[in-house]
Amino acid sequence: MKSPLASDLTGIAVVLVLAVGGFILFPDNLAFLAGMMAVILLVVSLDLVSGVCGVASLGQAALFGAGAYGAGIAAANGLGDPLLLLGIGLVAGAVAGLATGAIILRAHGLPQLVLSIALVELAHEAVNKASFITGGSDGLTGIRISPLLGVFAFDLWGVTAYWLSVAVVVVVLVVLRRLVRAPFGMLCRGLRQSPVRVASLGQRAYPVALKMYVIAGGVAGLGGALRAISTQVVGLDSVSFTLSAEALVMLIVGGTGTIFGAATGAFVFEWMEHIVSVANPFHWLAIVGALLIAVVLFAPHGLYGSTARWLHERRMRAPRADE
Amino acid sequence: MKASSLSVRDLVAGYGPTIIVEDIAFDVAPGQCVAVLGRNGMGKTTLMASLAGLTRHVGGSIALDDAPIHTLPTSERARAGMGYVPQTRDIFPTLTVAENLFVGLKGRPAADLAEAYELFPRLAERRGNLGGQLSGGEQQMLSTARTLLGKPSLLLLDEPLEGLAPVICQELMAALARLVATGETTVLLVEQRVASALEVADHVICIERGSLVWQGSCTEWRADPTLAERYLGVSALT
Repeated sequence: MKSPLASDLTGIAVVLVLAVGGFILFPDNLAFLAGMMAVILLVVSLDLVSGVCGVASLGQAALFGAGAYGAGIAAANGLGDPLLLLGIGLVAGAVAGLATGAIILRAHGLPQLVLSIALVELAHEAVNKASFITGGSDGLTGIRISPLLGVFAFDLWGVTAYWLSVAVVVVVLVVLRRLVRAPFGMLCRGLRQSPVRVASLGQRAYPVALKMYVIAGGVAGLGGALRAISTQVVGLDSVSFTLSAEALVMLIVGGTGTIFGAATGAFVFEWMEHIVSVANPFHWLAIVGALLIAVVLFAPHGLYGSTARWLHERRMRAPRADE
Repeated sequence: MKASSLSVRDLVAGYGPTIIVEDIAFDVAPGQCVAVLGRNGMGKTTLMASLAGLTRHVGGSIALDDAPIHTLPTSERARAGMGYVPQTRDIFPTLTVAENLFVGLKGRPAADLAEAYELFPRLAERRGNLGGQLSGGEQQMLSTARTLLGKPSLLLLDEPLEGLAPVICQELMAALARLVATGETTVLLVEQRVASALEVADHVICIERGSLVWQGSCTEWRADPTLAERYLGVSALT
């Protein structure tokens, strides 16, 4: 069996190779790629909540939006340091995670799903109404970002934003892969399978799930801040039900509970959307729908999950050297 | 942790509006092993689930070392020292054996996993396997070992031998006998294989239609062959 550390290193190496490849092959699309990485963080955060903990959610964009608006409002009011803005996004997302998680986790199953939708719709409407601070439907503008570390300016081509996004995504993936394997992560995975069993082992399910929800909020908020930094505008779409639903689709495409699956799903979905919507602006959603059906039918554990299982089974079947 | 005493008084519990166990009262001394016997469907599993806090408590009291616990949720009862191994085993199928055991450590150092491997060496061989890949017997060992890692002062074991091969049964009962012999854990054992249960138990309580109908020592149970026929519908030697 491949060790978890080896899997992590392989995964991170793949991300870095793709990042370098993207930089070399698509120099005109760096802004798009930076935006994709913000979405990767959103989908990874959903994986923490749904894939790892088993909490049904269609409202993850509320946390993403909290980070985006938190960082965006701070930047529009003179706090332009990108690292500080990432911190603000992380905290804003975590606080939003605490507030919404405290409500959502009181329910289970379909009621939980409905609660998550209600909360993202409420957040959307609140942001829309508070136009004096959020810009409402016109979007939040006037965001000024200082050079990263006082040296690397955020240019029109998005080079700085791109590498900052790559760095943040790599750090988050490394940390979360470790978190999911840590005792706390094991408990969360156990919670997904049997909350009663976890309770029988002396652990209260609610605080464990809430803690993970707050962490997921921080990750989503980080993604939102990254988007605010790279696009320098924050729109209502950052806190929409549509984005939440798309995040869930991306998670299903990639595979749940592995973190890397979420990143894979976001990458494939965003890339397909980018290519297909240019090739066929009218019917691209139909093609994306066909992809989703194909994945569910032929790779039920998602693209990453099914591939990882296939590789594992192949390794198990291969004759060992000592046989 | 030192073994706890258990005191159950006039316990009434069930699921939703349905009462399953009624007016049950018994005491278990610290370090004692009590076999809970009875026909299928008589309420033994509900009794165990009620002690663990997984049913609707209607009336009566449950005390662990004289401290009432019947108002506590399942997690708090576990923290108070109660370990519950349900009939369904309830291992985490997508966690490895080592991860399943780790969850049961309750903050103790990872090195203490060795205790589980010492008790059930088979688990050491399977530590990298997913829980769902284990056989029924191995899952039972895993569930029991995980609960024991939490150092329970009272262990509730619900039909640990159900559906297991004889060789696995022997292995499990040998481990249980070693545990009982230490006197560090009080054990309440529900088991259909009466002979196996009586090998490790020193006391018997018998449940029929949700009520306690007989209790006494194993010696008394063995001395009266009509008890097994009356309450279990089987020969005393089964």
